[in-house]
Amino acid sequence: MPDDVADVVKGLAEHDYLADEGLATSIFLALRLRRPLLLEGEAGVGKTEVAKVLSRWTGGELLRVQCYEGIDAAQAVYEWDYSRQLLHLRAVEASHERVNEDELYSERFLVKRPLLRAIASDADVPPVLLIDEIDRADDEFEAFLLEILSDWSITVPELGVIRASVPPVAVLTSNRTRDVHDALKRRCLYHWIPHPDFERELAIVRVRAPHVPDALARDVAAATEAMRGMELYKPPGVAETIDWAEALATLGAARLDEPMIDATLGTILKYREDQERVRNHGLAELARTAVARGA
Amino acid sequence: MPDRAPATEADATEAERLAVAFVRVLRGVGVDVPVGSTLHFADALATVGLTTRAGVYWSGRATLVTAPEQLATYDRAFRAFWDCSPSSGSPTEVPPQEVVLALDVPDAGAPGEDTEAVAADTPVLSVRWSPREVLRQRDFAEYTPAEFVEARRLMTDLRLAGAVRRSRRRRPARHGRGDPDLRRTVRRSLRAGGEPVARAFLEPGERTRRLVLLLDVSGSMEPYARAFVRFLHAAVVSRGRVEAFALGTRLTRVTRELTSRDPDAAVRAAGRRVADWSGGTRLGEGLHAFNDSWGVRGMARGAVVVIFSDGWDRGDPDVLAEQMARLSRIAHRVVWVNPLKASPGYAPLAQGMAAALPYVDDFVEGHSLAALEELTEVIAR
Repeated sequence: MPDDVADVVKGLAEHDYLADEGLATSIFLALRLRRPLLLEGEAGVGKTEVAKVLSRWTGGELLRVQCYEGIDAAQAVYEWDYSRQLLHLRAVEASHERVNEDELYSERFLVKRPLLRAIASDADVPPVLLIDEIDRADDEFEAFLLEILSDWSITVPELGVIRASVPPVAVLTSNRTRDVHDALKRRCLYHWIPHPDFERELAIVRVRAPHVPDALARDVAAATEAMRGMELYKPPGVAETIDWAEALATLGAARLDEPMIDATLGTILKYREDQERVRNHGLAELARTAVARGA
Repeated sequence: MPDRAPATEADATEAERLAVAFVRVLRGVGVDVPVGSTLHFADALATVGLTTRAGVYWSGRATLVTAPEQLATYDRAFRAFWDCSPSSGSPTEVPPQEVVLALDVPDAGAPGEDTEAVAADTPVLSVRWSPREVLRQRDFAEYTPAEFVEARRLMTDLRLAGAVRRSRRRRPARHGRGDPDLRRTVRRSLRAGGEPVARAFLEPGERTRRLVLLLDVSGSMEPYARAFVRFLHAAVVSRGRVEAFALGTRLTRVTRELTSRDPDAAVRAAGRRVADWSGGTRLGEGLHAFNDSWGVRGMARGAVVVIFSDGWDRGDPDVLAEQMARLSRIAHRVVWVNPLKASPGYAPLAQGMAAALPYVDDFVEGHSLAALEELTEVIAR
């Protein structure tokens, strides 16, 4: 349990995640007040990464629920192992014993999915529960989730109520393809992760791609920053910046120049229209600005 | 850490007092803060401490803000309250102007009242002239205020079905086809002593496609926009998965404002929200904003998108064409409702309309109630 915000910054940095003060404060509060943390932000700014690094840092097991349309309790919470139940029934029958229905609904036939495992965990360190891309699930699932996040308990009708001894550290992410319901937001702490500024992005590239030459890393961070100002459909995220720096380093670039950008543009811009816009803007010009800013 | 923790109970009370006061300021400038969040904020302050500005700032952001759109307002309120700076002249750049969309009508003996009652009682074979039928065909632009009131009521009766698509959520199959449903099969087998005699199956379910309504609220659309906004309201309250936006010089999301059951209250709320009612249009830029912040992210994916506009655009037609192309690539269908289409001899010559037309799947009129009823059928296709 961290003592203050600086502790969080330090702890995450030790595991290669550079959080700014805003994110660190939110994480600190989430840990101390034991509340779920809802993270929103552009794609590729490192929302999912927060949960992963929290798990590495706290040592809690990472339990991930990847949301998609149509996800339901059977995939996220629990399911009875029907095939085993059937086999068991046949085995009992074959030995001419009487079938005991209760036996079929004991924990040994219960398949625990991430949400139930997070609640039922008896580890010393609370697990980190990542509910990824909650906006992709439908509202029914969200309502259901609300119940679990409020009480930290799950009812399995055949077994009774299972309550968490220590609530898990819950991180929810959303890309805002739709609004997450207000009631769910009220339960959570909220943080919007913006694109990092030049200095932070440079630091991230250094940490995540240490073999990239320093001068190149500076150029890449500067060029990315410039591209984010060009009104692109999909401004590059941090993940793309790292990919780009690695691609350039793999090709043996020492600094950024026009032919290099031209050859690797597809690693940072994934829309044809965006590539065209940047090309119209002038790749040579972009390289010059980046080198000047990076120097 | 101990230096930041509330040393005494007095500190905690101080945090609570400040939290309540700040939330009041925040509500005053239009951020909707639920009571529970105030408590969370007080807790957060007590945990982080009141010693640093950043600590207080980020505690508030984590607990009181729930959307990136609120950040600017939060920052202003924060400066005003904690830095004691008199909110520097302009608290909001443009104070939202209140626009009343519902027309005031003399209600005494409104002709619509009795005729409708009569119409409901008349036998089916009646050959009586029905003012209601005439009203259904009349162009919204020619409405008298009284007729508008009547039309509003008729519009409340509009019910929108949605186009459906296959869902990933599966449902029990009625016939023995599809994937085996082990859960139900095991349950049934218990009755037969563990013998799975009656087998159960699952089949894919169906899901209504999302409906996205974009209403052009520029000056040239004024006579129609007041009717269309009622249609938007009817759509938002009558079924799920509907999103509504106003397109003027900028893009405003009005879904939330329109969710009130009371049509007048809903439309008033939407009017307050849209600052540029009856201003100019930049359709291309509005669509660009929609595509960037909502549409391409997922809202318009596989959805039925309906644009209510006369196609008069002061912006660059190339921008509009490009954005329409983007939209048509991700949407299930794009429907364009142009009330001018009904006028005899209309040809889509307005620059914007001509640029957008190649990307439109259905081009409909929507100038009268009858035309809107037709639109509901187009949407359900």
